[in-house]
Amino acid sequence: MSVVGDPIAPPAPVPGRKLAGPRFRPGEAAFRWLLFSCLAISIAFLGVLLIYVLVAAWPRLDSRLWTNFPSIRRPERAGAQSAIFGTIWVISFTALFCLPTGIMAAIYLEEYANPDRWYNRLIELNIQNLAAVPSIIYGILGLGLLARQLGLGTTVLTASLTLSLLVLPIVIISAREAIRAVPQSIRQASLALGATRWQTVRRQVLPAAVPGIATGSILALSRAIGEAAPVIMLGAVTYVAFNPEGLGSAYTVLPVQIYGWISQSREEFHHLAAAAIVILLGLLLAMNATAIWLRNHYSKRW
Amino acid sequence: MTAPVPPSPAGTRSLRRARPHYGEAVIKALLFLAALVSVGTTVGIVVALIPPTADFFQRVGVWEFLSGTEWTALFSDPKYGVLPLLTATVLITVIALIVAIPIGLGAAVYLSEYASRRTRGIFKPILEILAGIPTVVYGFFAFAFITPLLQDHWPFGDPPEVKNALSAGLVMGVMIVPTIASLSEDAMSAVPYSLRDGAYALGSGKRTVSVRVVMPAALSGIVAAFVLGVSRALGETMIVLIAAGAKPDLTLNPLHEMQTMTAFIAGAASGDVSTASFEYKTIFAVGALLFLLTFVMNVISIRLVRKYREVYE
Repeated sequence: MSVVGDPIAPPAPVPGRKLAGPRFRPGEAAFRWLLFSCLAISIAFLGVLLIYVLVAAWPRLDSRLWTNFPSIRRPERAGAQSAIFGTIWVISFTALFCLPTGIMAAIYLEEYANPDRWYNRLIELNIQNLAAVPSIIYGILGLGLLARQLGLGTTVLTASLTLSLLVLPIVIISAREAIRAVPQSIRQASLALGATRWQTVRRQVLPAAVPGIATGSILALSRAIGEAAPVIMLGAVTYVAFNPEGLGSAYTVLPVQIYGWISQSREEFHHLAAAAIVILLGLLLAMNATAIWLRNHYSKRW
Repeated sequence: MTAPVPPSPAGTRSLRRARPHYGEAVIKALLFLAALVSVGTTVGIVVALIPPTADFFQRVGVWEFLSGTEWTALFSDPKYGVLPLLTATVLITVIALIVAIPIGLGAAVYLSEYASRRTRGIFKPILEILAGIPTVVYGFFAFAFITPLLQDHWPFGDPPEVKNALSAGLVMGVMIVPTIASLSEDAMSAVPYSLRDGAYALGSGKRTVSVRVVMPAALSGIVAAFVLGVSRALGETMIVLIAAGAKPDLTLNPLHEMQTMTAFIAGAASGDVSTASFEYKTIFAVGALLFLLTFVMNVISIRLVRKYREVYE
């Protein structure tokens, strides 16, 4: 096509030299494979763990698990009803205590606090630090201060209060993220129309942030459901043959019941522990699925 | 034509503050109180720890506590040397980190630099599941599956004991992987693309860019993730309580049964220790040491995270 000698014609390709495609580098491929195997190992571990628990639980995965109470002498007929009800009681009150407080704290930090003030910075730092304090320390707080000094005893109330303090930083951090995701223009429009700050928060910001807050709250509560260490210190014992009847009632929860069964030497108790773990994991899976569904269904793109 | 507009009576006041909203002030105060609950928690922890710890150190010297090699706090002839608990804690932490740091960092580099959006969308939630599994379940897995596996296939010398530090450490390592992976990935994703593009322009391959450019640029965030991992390992209770046992011996052999600080606290508090007794106070003394250790780790980690955020945002 092109006229011979045309100055803008591309030079004829030199045989044997081309720019297309990088050369194969074995080091690169090996490195990529190594990195992927890190991920694969973790996922394989998760798979083996789940399969092992299911297999170990198989002989005892039946309705007696939630219709019967625990029994030391007859593991083959023992159930975890008191632990299941105890978990429901403790978690309900934990939600009641920590969700309002956490969301209010998040609103304060995002909408009202002046980040240059020393006390607001202190609150933020403190929350970050609390999020990484070991859960057993919260057990000490609950035992030393709530149960003994305030005289609340080892009851559903103490356990719920302790667990709500434990997950409060998680609730605050996730609620803040949800509130921060609401664009500034929404607030400015509301304020420009004469709304006060609280009216803006109440009618514009919070409704928009609800899906994010709900997602974070569910994840925080699922953390609380799985906690055993602080509750073990707070007098949850393994053989409670009744369901809680109020805030002042003695109780047990699933993780503590599982721990109690693991500590028994007889084989039947290990099947029982695995079966209770399946219930616990099922509960957590349901909560996580709800959280993910909420996030996908209600999340808004601005 | 038009009559001059008479100055409105409000004209001089229109820019002034609107009437005071007392309700607003009340609401702000309430919200502030809610935020103070978290500060109250820290104060509560310190208040719960200090008086019993002070009582403890009136009878046991600080030096005796920190350098003693025998811990028999609940026996009739009590000795209060915390070293056996401390070495067990540190040993298991080290084992956990040997597992968690390479795997967590490798997974983070893969997710941040190599994985496509779709792959990342699949694998990140799976890693998050690992983080959401209750530690009592990890403990059960370590004790009932990993330990027998190690005992059956132990290639050198004596096999591990029924309760041992090795299984607890290994499983704890996997538990910490998501913590390290997600924090390191955040730090690496925050590295600006111009740095990577510059390295590519100089002819670097992907491996060189990841290891020589992105990782050093995100170093403070990666180190923060490691430090947070240490803090998690120091404070982890259920895995060590179930899989590592309750025998406070001063040994560095990971095949032996040993007791960590957290395992002692949980074990002693759940037993029948009366409030008035001196044994009860040992729980708080060990707790204070643990709180101090993890507090220092957390402060370092928070500082480092802040450092990389300041650079790249």
